[in-house]
Amino acid sequence: METAAIQLKNLTKTFGSVVANDRVSLEIRHGEILALLGENGSGKTTLMNMLSGIYYPDGGEIFVNGKEVIIDNPRDAFDLGIGMIHQHFKLVDVLTAAENMVLGLKEKGRLNTKAIGEKMRKICEQYGFHIDPNKKIYEMSVSEKQTVEIVKMLYRGAETLILDEPTAVLTPQETEKLFAILRNMKKDGKAVVIITHKLNEVMELSDRVAVLRKGVHVGDLITSETNPQELTNLMVGHSVTLNIDRTLCENPVKKLEIKNLSCVSDDGVKVLDDITFDAFGGEVLGIAGISGCGQKELLEGIAGLQKVSGSIKFYPENGSEPEEINGKSPMDIINMGISLSFVPEDRLGMGLIGNMDLADNMMLRSYNKGRSPFADRKAPAELAEKVVDELEVVTPGINVPVRNLSGGNVQKILVGREIASEPSVLMSAYAVRGLDINTSYTIYNLMNEQKERGAAVIYVGEDLDVLVELCDRILVLCDGKISGIVDGRKTTKEEVGLLMTSLGGEKEAVSE
Amino acid sequence: MTYENVKKEPLIRVAKRPEVSPKKAMLIRFSSILVALLLGGLIILALGFNPLAVYRDIVKGSLLSGTALKATAKIAVPLLGAALAIAPAFKMKFWNCGAEGQITVGAIVSTYFALNLVGDLPRPVFFVVTFIVSAIFGGLWGLIPAFFKARWGTNETLFTLMLNYIAIGFVKYLRIGPWMDKGQMFPKVPMFDKAARLPEVFGVHIGWIIVLALVIFIYIYMTRTKHGYEIAVVGESISTARYSGMNVPKVIMRTMFLSGAIAGIVGWMLVCGTNYTLSDSTANGYGFTAIVVAWLSKLNPFVMVLISAFLAVLQKGSNTIQTNFGIPASASEVLTGLILLCMLGSEFFINYRFVFRKKTVGGDD
Repeated sequence: METAAIQLKNLTKTFGSVVANDRVSLEIRHGEILALLGENGSGKTTLMNMLSGIYYPDGGEIFVNGKEVIIDNPRDAFDLGIGMIHQHFKLVDVLTAAENMVLGLKEKGRLNTKAIGEKMRKICEQYGFHIDPNKKIYEMSVSEKQTVEIVKMLYRGAETLILDEPTAVLTPQETEKLFAILRNMKKDGKAVVIITHKLNEVMELSDRVAVLRKGVHVGDLITSETNPQELTNLMVGHSVTLNIDRTLCENPVKKLEIKNLSCVSDDGVKVLDDITFDAFGGEVLGIAGISGCGQKELLEGIAGLQKVSGSIKFYPENGSEPEEINGKSPMDIINMGISLSFVPEDRLGMGLIGNMDLADNMMLRSYNKGRSPFADRKAPAELAEKVVDELEVVTPGINVPVRNLSGGNVQKILVGREIASEPSVLMSAYAVRGLDINTSYTIYNLMNEQKERGAAVIYVGEDLDVLVELCDRILVLCDGKISGIVDGRKTTKEEVGLLMTSLGGEKEAVSE
Repeated sequence: MTYENVKKEPLIRVAKRPEVSPKKAMLIRFSSILVALLLGGLIILALGFNPLAVYRDIVKGSLLSGTALKATAKIAVPLLGAALAIAPAFKMKFWNCGAEGQITVGAIVSTYFALNLVGDLPRPVFFVVTFIVSAIFGGLWGLIPAFFKARWGTNETLFTLMLNYIAIGFVKYLRIGPWMDKGQMFPKVPMFDKAARLPEVFGVHIGWIIVLALVIFIYIYMTRTKHGYEIAVVGESISTARYSGMNVPKVIMRTMFLSGAIAGIVGWMLVCGTNYTLSDSTANGYGFTAIVVAWLSKLNPFVMVLISAFLAVLQKGSNTIQTNFGIPASASEVLTGLILLCMLGSEFFINYRFVFRKKTVGGDD
């Protein structure tokens, strides 16, 4: 048998008392695409970070082409031909693609942009990339930046390429392009590792799957000999059923009427442009779009946290006259008796306080009740107990800082608090980002419960499969404009994907 | 393809510790004070003195006689007061380095009343009025940087520092100008009338009772009230504070008014209780040393009592060793600095540990 490109033997890494990787042994082979599958927190990224020199293992050995090696920093990894593309790109925004190629390399002589461009052109031709060496990074789309990262690794002579959740930020069309490129690399004999938790991608792209669960390597399978259900069971550790129970909307009542909403960011960019839509009680309204297309500003605008122009009208339960809430602060909105809940994208930076305990975090929404100068600490503590109990939050108690909980449990605390007030409108941004399958489905069910209770649920999401399964209607944003509102039951993810890029379509045509 | 890889596992690595129990953390912090005393001892040794004798005299000169104890208390009281003043601001992560100036402003207004109105008011009324007025002016002095921070996001550290110099410069002007004691050769503010001097309880001006009451007040304010909760949230995350509907500029300004007001009260204590006059050095660095106290106590008011007493012992004791051994009094500042350094350093050891290279590379586990 041919020697493996990289062989890991009993790699172990611990962070404090947390064991991130427990004696993981794994082979990465030339001319093969390996999918590294596992839920969030299962140790996929940690394992690959040890290969790329970000972490140093606490135990175990790494062999490259049959030889034992020590990888102590990213430069060692480069020297061994290992290149990793992280979720957060490591590029310098103000430099061009070409300049980023050679950044940090110790090459003699002066910067020769022409030669770099030539070498880049060769790589691009070989694998089918499209990239302009002289374009600055900050002018690029997310997909272009990712391309630069991949070309950078190849430029530096990577033989093994590790991609950490590369499709999380891409549209279905961009994903297809990326997969074509990865297949070309495989043909060229490179070893490719793709870290993911999306099963359909594993089935479509990979030759072999390695499954991690809680830091342990629990399965090594040939993709063609397995199926998504088996993989899910391996990944979660017990069998799970994956479906979202979408009930029909019964007599939807208008809750929010948004008209001509626009927003200009601090640096003068128009991030929301003339947005008009209605949200109904008893309905889940999905909002799709490439990240940074105005989703954040839209939700924060409605919540009173972002200055926007236009009109936001709230229709009260009792059917009285609608009230204008644009220009009102969050406290004003609370004082008007409007129950507007918001699960923001930045859970620990906006929705919660990591250093405070569960009970104190429950207080964020209720601390100002009553006239007494003293804060009521009993009710929030009881609410915390209730949320922990009902949503099965794993925590040593309600007096531990929220940051000590895992991502899924943090989100349960946040969502639990937001739905406790029985909101008329419930907005959520990327509510399942980073959560494991079980918790994700808990969250979908909670959204559906709120919908059935009659709340208007606004769900900003990134996983198109889920959006078309969960939402009654889907509003698609593109560059701050509405590019379409489609019926969730009739649409496909391809249609939504096209709408996501439709306004930017012309731009792409030029660059190609 | 072959790779030449002769690298060895790194000799020392830093690794995160598992969660340390509070007891062990306290032990690490306590031993860091011992390390500091040991290092201080080495310095004393290098100066040619016996460290044990020096430490003994520090304790003797600050605690072991009635007069010594009173003098130490007179240092500890304003220090504790100033630390309590900056605690709410620091909790809000508003780095108020301006307690010095706020103390001075409180002292200036108290002095104005003491020089001009003392005979006209009954004594208790005089003290109540000066107490309130010094708190208000100290608070307003603290409000200035808070207003600019809340409105335009100015840097509070620089702003509060600069205001210190303005306040102290103004004292100089008063001392040489309108408030100069005409009967003296040296330009200074006159001594206060007996009626304007704070009464004493157990030989120390009543400020100590006020400060101890403030300890309890600040503790309750910070941990039990809505205001205290708002301060904590704003300190942790401004976006979370806005998200939960707090009026962030209002919280910042209100808290800095409180912070400045307490500092103003300390200024009132210093002129009416300790110095009986106003001078350039009325604040005497308490506003700065208070930062050390607040930091070492992790903003816990009760721990502040201990730390400020400890630093007062060092300061008073160092005067004794200056007389007894001829070691400059600034030696105590060196020691204070060493303690702070060691205690801050100990936080590293609470969170991390060192891992040394194993004997054989890739050895079995």
